[in-house]
Amino acid sequence: MSTPPAANLAVINADNPLVWFGLTVGQILLVTVPLLLVVAFVIYADRKIFAGVQMRKGPNVVGPFGLLQSFADLGKFLIKELVVPAGADKFVFLLAPLISVTLALGSWAAIPLAPGWIVSNINVGILYLFAVSSMGVYGIIMGGWASNSKYPFLGALRSAAQMVSYEVSIGFVIITVILLSGSLNLTRITEMQAGGFWNWNILGGGGLKNLPLAIVMIPMCVIFFISGLAETNRPPFDLPEAESELVAGYAIEYGSTPYMLFYLAETSNIILMSSLLAVLFLGGWQAPWPTPYLNGLHDWAGSLLVSLHGLVMLMAKTFFVFFMNAMVRSVVPRYRYDQLMRLGWKVFLPTSLVAVALVAGWRVYANGVG
Amino acid sequence: MALQAIAFYLMAAATIASAIAVVSARNPVHSVLFLIASFFSAAGLFVLLGAEFLAMLLVVVYVGAVAVLFLFVVMMLDVDFAELRQGFARYMPLGGLIAGGLAVEMVIVSTTVATKGAARLSEAPMASGSAGPSVPNAEAIGGVLYTDYVYFFQAAGMVLLVAMIGAIVLTLRHKPGVRRQVIMDQVLRTPKSGMRMAQPKPGEGIDL
Repeated sequence: MSTPPAANLAVINADNPLVWFGLTVGQILLVTVPLLLVVAFVIYADRKIFAGVQMRKGPNVVGPFGLLQSFADLGKFLIKELVVPAGADKFVFLLAPLISVTLALGSWAAIPLAPGWIVSNINVGILYLFAVSSMGVYGIIMGGWASNSKYPFLGALRSAAQMVSYEVSIGFVIITVILLSGSLNLTRITEMQAGGFWNWNILGGGGLKNLPLAIVMIPMCVIFFISGLAETNRPPFDLPEAESELVAGYAIEYGSTPYMLFYLAETSNIILMSSLLAVLFLGGWQAPWPTPYLNGLHDWAGSLLVSLHGLVMLMAKTFFVFFMNAMVRSVVPRYRYDQLMRLGWKVFLPTSLVAVALVAGWRVYANGVG
Repeated sequence: MALQAIAFYLMAAATIASAIAVVSARNPVHSVLFLIASFFSAAGLFVLLGAEFLAMLLVVVYVGAVAVLFLFVVMMLDVDFAELRQGFARYMPLGGLIAGGLAVEMVIVSTTVATKGAARLSEAPMASGSAGPSVPNAEAIGGVLYTDYVYFFQAAGMVLLVAMIGAIVLTLRHKPGVRRQVIMDQVLRTPKSGMRMAQPKPGEGIDL
């Protein structure tokens, strides 16, 4: 939202520090508050999908079809008593969930939600997301350590090793996308994929002449999806909180609001990874078909329509990826720890490294870049 | 702009305060956490300089990878820092000397960059600040790193590779008689090879 679509906003002088501050806070709230609502319903959708696969009904009591279940849970979390275990490092114990949730919400600043709708359109947007997600491990490791208990600590160590491992292959997958777009800016990456699904990065980005790259980019998309599961500690990679061996991993000692913050951060991160996959590979807010019908709309109602069109596209793609995420969670059994490490280091890392070389070679020799 | 000044003083103060806390904290894990806070605020200072690429690299490499390893080691080793602290007065002069030398070097480097520009980078938009870089600084850095300084860059990579191989060679042991996971066997297992239908008679077991 660095360029407000409504023309009447132009009279407000954005150079005034106070006005600038107010505008920025307003934009952040405009993204964060709907996001929290979306998180509530995504948790509900996750539970419904999980239940559907297992032929249960899922949450169906609070509100119509159980739609308000998440809000009931929220109320319950808030009125529970906060228990800090004896011998715990109280400050770090309470800081950990705060760090988790701050990072989870902060990473949304760089996601282009619709044409021009982005809180911070920075040049290194994708690196920013990578940096923030690589810091996400601290919330878990601090929580596990500060609990002063064995299972949380083991869970935290597992989680740290797992997240650091899978970040490497995520990094290489991101590099292939950067090579295709020639930019680290997520808005630019999205704009490069305009014009129809054949221009999306999953099919090589750039129409028919790059179609052979689909052989490389479709596996890259799959690797990104699976690494995203591991990065967000989703099943089948939920070893940090494997209840059959670690009770609940790093979160055992947490209850009430701090636990809710962990839960919120985790769900927000899952949606973030889904929408990041949509932005990097599936064209972000671009429609899967050419959109000449949006060209002539320049007045404020028209540009609002364009933005909403983009927002709906991005949300549809994000929900599609999230649905697959939820299906994997319901269908695939949990990995063993050595299998997880092998998959990350011995399968994904070499594959994505070769893919980087192939894409770079294609860009130089077939597209004549650089 | 006033906001930038406020942001600078906030982040500079946070960097220095957390750096002091690193050496003065009683708990080693707290020390590492303060070190991370210090890295993070330093990254913020880089952003204010207009060097957003370096800032993100600082966070990804130091905060996201190096400090995690620190934290691992410090959490798992039972380091007795009270014992380490006993030599504090004895090492103080030497430590002070090294810190002083580093400070002088940093002042020299930064004044040289400010007045003369560092080598060929003078026209690069690294330090352009609020004016807004014309070239994204990821491109600016890539432009010199892979052309003028490519040999140094490769050499640095080789040094890291050698260090990594060295660490692996030092710690790798092949113990005989250890049963390892053979992933190929596990993947190629079918219901036919992994399962046997037995009909045990009452009162008798089966031979496996």
